[in-house]
Amino acid sequence: MRSIELAAEELNPLIPHTAEIIVGFIAFSLLYMVLRRAVVPRFEKAFAERTDAIQGGMERAEKAQIEAEAALKQYKAQLQDARGEAASIREEARVQGAAIIEEMRVKAQEEATRIAASAQAAIESERQAALTSLRNEVGTLATQLASKIVGEALDDQVRQSRIVDRFLEDLEKSK
Amino acid sequence: MLSYAAEVGKDEGFNPPDAGDFNLPPFIEGNEFATKPVLLVFLSVILISIFFILASRKAALVPSKLQFAGESVYSFVRNDLGREVIGHEFMRFVPYLFTLFTFILVNNVFGIVPMLQFPTMSRISFPYVLAAFTFFIFHYVGIRKQGFFKYMKEIMFLPGIPKPAYILITPLELATYFLVRPLTLSLRLFANMFAGHLLLLVFILGGEHLLQGVIGLKLISPFAFAIGIALTFFEFMVQCLQAYIFTLLTALYIAGALADEH
Repeated sequence: MRSIELAAEELNPLIPHTAEIIVGFIAFSLLYMVLRRAVVPRFEKAFAERTDAIQGGMERAEKAQIEAEAALKQYKAQLQDARGEAASIREEARVQGAAIIEEMRVKAQEEATRIAASAQAAIESERQAALTSLRNEVGTLATQLASKIVGEALDDQVRQSRIVDRFLEDLEKSK
Repeated sequence: MLSYAAEVGKDEGFNPPDAGDFNLPPFIEGNEFATKPVLLVFLSVILISIFFILASRKAALVPSKLQFAGESVYSFVRNDLGREVIGHEFMRFVPYLFTLFTFILVNNVFGIVPMLQFPTMSRISFPYVLAAFTFFIFHYVGIRKQGFFKYMKEIMFLPGIPKPAYILITPLELATYFLVRPLTLSLRLFANMFAGHLLLLVFILGGEHLLQGVIGLKLISPFAFAIGIALTFFEFMVQCLQAYIFTLLTALYIAGALADEH
């Protein structure tokens, strides 16, 4: 009978056992200390290192990107400069070319004028010479002819020349 | 089982499992500490310690499989239960929550581990101890944070309620904080493990008993075993869930005690 009563009391699953409470307390505290001392700090360390690594990597990548962008900007600026310079050189060359052409043209013009003028002068002098010689020749011829015709010697120089001049004037008038 | 049946004078034949099946007699006569639950609790402490010490030993940047497994459990408790629930002061409580979760989980899962097959938490003493820890911690935290009188006032006099209602609300709130919380915390865990284990016993012992019956009963026996196996999977889910719930509620209580207003 007594054993049945004892069993019935033991059966109530809501009544705790002192031994188990002590064990539970000790076991749990033990586990807590182990995990707190040995496990949590190490996991936290690993987490922190990982976060650090990832963040550091990201920061490095960001820095590299900024550097690359700066370099690109610099290259672009340089390219722009070079282009501007090339354009200015081209412009200068064009201007210079135009100036040279103009200069050449002016020189050629001068040369042409000069040549034309000297040719003119030569022709004029030739003409003068021809005219003079012709006048002499004609005078002589005419005098000879006239003396032959009139039969009188026209050796008087002054008279001779006067006759010739008159003759020539008449000639020009009749022209 | 047999000796117990003889002791309380049950009939021969099938004795459905009952609370008596949770009273395992000590190996050493008269020594209360030499029982299966006690051994299981210490086994759980050893297993958890070894597993996590090995997993965290190297604490490498790129974790090994073991470290990854350990970290997964740890970061689940740390982030999903600690940080999400408690907020910025969570780190102080992570070791406790972590211990709580792993301790309950492993002891629960003992219920379906072959050869061990006993959920330690179906012995009410252990849930009582754990609930007591949680109880003292969250009250301590609240008193420490807000001072004793302010903390008590926060509990007893909810803001925004008409004065006469305090006659009703104040005792309820006091009961909630000092009685209902620790009791439900421990009883929920205990009852789930107790009932689950009982259920498994019914189907597996029942199947075994059917095997000894006439041919018709022998044919039914596989179904009992099949249900027993299905329930084992179900039990695994419940065991994990209960470990999670206990830890989550602890975190919530701590968060509530830390919060200035609730």
